[in-house]
Amino acid sequence: MAIFTEQQAKDLLTKVMSFSKADECECNLDGSNAGNIRYARNTVSTAGEVSDVTLAVQSCYGKRTGVATINEFDDASLRKVVRRSEELATLAPENPEHMPNLGPYKYTTVNAWHKATASITPEERAAAAEASIAPSKKHKLIASGYLNDAESFNAIMNKKGAFAYHLSTSVNFTATIRTEDGTGSGWVSRDFNDSGKMDTSEASAVAIKKSMDSVNAKEMEPGKYTVIMEPAASVQLLSNMFGNMTQRAADEGRSFLSKKHEEAEEAKEGDPTNRLGEKMFDERVTIYSDPTHPECPTAPFSGDCHAIGKTVWIDKGVIAAMPNSRYWAQKTGVEYMPTAYTGGGIFGGNQQLIMEGGEESLEDMIKNTRRGVLVTRLWYIRQLDPQTLLYTGLTRDGTFYIENGEIKYPIKNFRFNESPIVMLNNIEALGKPQRINGSMIPPLKIRDFTFSSLSDAV
Amino acid sequence: MDRRKFIKLTGVGMGGLMIPVPGTFISAAELTANPLDVTYKRRMADIALNAARSKGASYVDARIGRYLNQFITAQEKRVSNVVNTESAGIGIRVIANGTWGFAATSDMSPDSIAKTAEQAVAVAKANSKFQTEAVQLAPVKGVGEVSWKTPIVKNALEIPIQDKVDLLMEVNNAAMDNGASYITSVLFLVNEQKYFASSDGSYIDQDVHRLWAPFFATAVGPAGFKQRSGLGNPVGMGFEYLDGDPKEQIQVQGANAGYRFSYDMVKDAKEAGQQLQTKLKARSVEPGKYDLVLDPHHLMLTIHESVGHPLELDRVLGYEANYAGTSFATLDKWKSKTFNYGSEIVNLFADKTQKNSLGYVEYDDEGVKTKEWDLVKDGILVNYQAIRDQVHIIGQNESHGCCYSQSWSDVQFQRMPNVSLRPNTQDLSADDVIKDVENGIYIVGRGSYSIDQQRYNFQFGGQLFYEIKDGKITEQIEDIAYQSNTQEFWNSCVKLAGQSDYRMGGSFFDGKGQPPQVSAVSHGCPTTRFNNINVINTARKVG
Repeated sequence: MAIFTEQQAKDLLTKVMSFSKADECECNLDGSNAGNIRYARNTVSTAGEVSDVTLAVQSCYGKRTGVATINEFDDASLRKVVRRSEELATLAPENPEHMPNLGPYKYTTVNAWHKATASITPEERAAAAEASIAPSKKHKLIASGYLNDAESFNAIMNKKGAFAYHLSTSVNFTATIRTEDGTGSGWVSRDFNDSGKMDTSEASAVAIKKSMDSVNAKEMEPGKYTVIMEPAASVQLLSNMFGNMTQRAADEGRSFLSKKHEEAEEAKEGDPTNRLGEKMFDERVTIYSDPTHPECPTAPFSGDCHAIGKTVWIDKGVIAAMPNSRYWAQKTGVEYMPTAYTGGGIFGGNQQLIMEGGEESLEDMIKNTRRGVLVTRLWYIRQLDPQTLLYTGLTRDGTFYIENGEIKYPIKNFRFNESPIVMLNNIEALGKPQRINGSMIPPLKIRDFTFSSLSDAV
Repeated sequence: MDRRKFIKLTGVGMGGLMIPVPGTFISAAELTANPLDVTYKRRMADIALNAARSKGASYVDARIGRYLNQFITAQEKRVSNVVNTESAGIGIRVIANGTWGFAATSDMSPDSIAKTAEQAVAVAKANSKFQTEAVQLAPVKGVGEVSWKTPIVKNALEIPIQDKVDLLMEVNNAAMDNGASYITSVLFLVNEQKYFASSDGSYIDQDVHRLWAPFFATAVGPAGFKQRSGLGNPVGMGFEYLDGDPKEQIQVQGANAGYRFSYDMVKDAKEAGQQLQTKLKARSVEPGKYDLVLDPHHLMLTIHESVGHPLELDRVLGYEANYAGTSFATLDKWKSKTFNYGSEIVNLFADKTQKNSLGYVEYDDEGVKTKEWDLVKDGILVNYQAIRDQVHIIGQNESHGCCYSQSWSDVQFQRMPNVSLRPNTQDLSADDVIKDVENGIYIVGRGSYSIDQQRYNFQFGGQLFYEIKDGKITEQIEDIAYQSNTQEFWNSCVKLAGQSDYRMGGSFFDGKGQPPQVSAVSHGCPTTRFNNINVINTARKVG
């Protein structure tokens, strides 16, 4: 049994708590049923199913902590794992940054589970792959892709009475469809909680069109261009930026949100020295997290059982909040700003970001562009300078030149060297947000985006 | 990616390093508990082989694995993480109806193993409906019962945690006493105890050890901050690698110490602190064309990205198209026997046999004896990396022995072996390579690296950059990355140092496949010169 109901999880964790002798005890119970299918060269290459459930027990004596895990759930095994975590805690060095467990919270109700996803069969996965392969073959194209789905639950309980439970489903699909001679390539990505929304045939049609339209790409000079970035192109840069927004790194002088040296020198000892409250971006930029968002719900609690509601990180271009730990919040005397729990214990997943946009569709944005470059996705993104958040990477699988409101012709892929800070200051227009990688991101039209060289890759 | 388990080591770099690790936490004592008995493993493997064959499998292999990891992280003056994990089970791969099938279980009871073997056959039969071409395996002769162990001197898992914590604290103090404001140091210790049995008649027991000890230091100054990571290499060695034998150090005049097969982590941390202070004040590079001298700890990653990946046969054929991409090194280029991958002095070879390397084993994960073979000979593309079910596609009848799986629960597939650049037959030193450069840059250590999905266009950075003027290193400079095209770059290779300068760097967590798997791979090379390469300035003013 890899999926526990809320009551089953509560019963099991209550039993675990009853075996604990440590000052503090907090447990994570995580389980999933996952399945996948992979295809390439117009045929299925691998397929599989994995079920797994793990209990992690964290015991603390003072500031000493020990963690042990197990995947057997009889009483003897539960006792054993609690004892083992307690033994480890007694042997561990004191952690000066240890914070005591939190007590109970009331969490918002979130619906992230869908029956259709939880009951996907191998035959349905095969049919989803076939719906991508068959039309590709018809157009004399070569399809490769990957579909994976999962039903998962996460539960946390501690001795102070906190109990949190989250049940969810997810389905992710990507396809790369190429011409036989390798001169054209198109790509598409879709992810949902409800597999009822997943249509691999519709998605593959997008990749098929891009593949055929990208043949005979022309060379354009590298330089600064107005670009329209599809959500899949900008999401990683935005996620990377969010990952660099922590308060501690900023206060320690090693982030793009650190105060300038001379300003930091003037701050009182122990006070935060970051750029909270400063306007850093175009005023149309608002980015927040919200566990109850109907398109991309997340757990309504953090990894330490704190309740999570809507948190605005960037408000009309102003840094409105910075994620921090409870230790750092207490040390610097500011409010604790946790993020939603994305996986068990020290394991993690994608953090949800919701970026506000407008009502324009991607097609409308193209229509309203005199000269520009449409970017399907970016690839191999690496940081060049953490101070300016300068990143490099390449366009891939569908890069097109736009002139007078229409796509004129495909162009060869570019390498870019650009910072999301610059991007979010050079916004021309924002389209209607779409779900991508568990986030909601609008297509972005950005002026003066820096392409530094050409690539022969298709 | 989101369905895999990841260990997040907070504070490594700026955003945290996510390490995929199959397994569950265990105590340090259990890490060194006795391995599974070979007779027991043979009995369990035979159950799998027999069960699969009785259901109609024409080929079966069973891998019984116990995978152990210990990761210790220290930030500044505190230990932030001690993680021990163990994962054990059996993975069974079969061919039925000419199609691969795979199933795995952690339940090692005879019934469960037999059931899992039957499940693998059922998967193969189900998938055979979609199969257009039957699997064709290159022949392998069974070797009977054999065993092999990484030739380590000190088993890193048996070294007391306190000794490891003391070392990391000494490293952190050395960096901070010499100019670093922050430092995270880590020990990654890996032991793969794997038993392979196949219907070809092989029963292979291997005990594989690997170690990596990186650090990431930062200095904050009035004009901002700079980072420098350690110059140690991930290796297929025991804890003896960290003894810091001075005989294994290479001192380049006017620059830093480099490390061959023994690493002085404390000395490197001390140099890092000092160099960070210089970095904070260093001049920003003037962009343009330069002759580059690349140290092995840097060049190894350039080899990895621009030679190792494009010559994986599954990428060339399109099996990785939806994830990592395809390759510019297409079959027609190889067939022509005239494709100039590099200049005449460029000889790149693959192997899983170099001592101390991450790829070193006697047999790969489908029971093939490992070997060495040429990829690029005298500058010409001559071969790829291929395994049993691929070599027939390139007209060969012997697997190259580079099949690997990250755990018992994942199916094995073609992974990059060690890919290395052969040193000069004349035993030149790094100083000899630098001495005739008029206007150049000496680049040390791995920095930001990015390459396109067919491996043409790349941009790589480093840790330390030294200006070379008239054959001498003058000063440390900053904000450097070079952009090039793979074929152009390797054709601009003009000079190599010799065997005594040959060092092996590597990648401890190289990712490939869907669902993704990691593997560890080394790249050996000497200090090497490349002429007339485009250098860009990576400094940028924002906000």
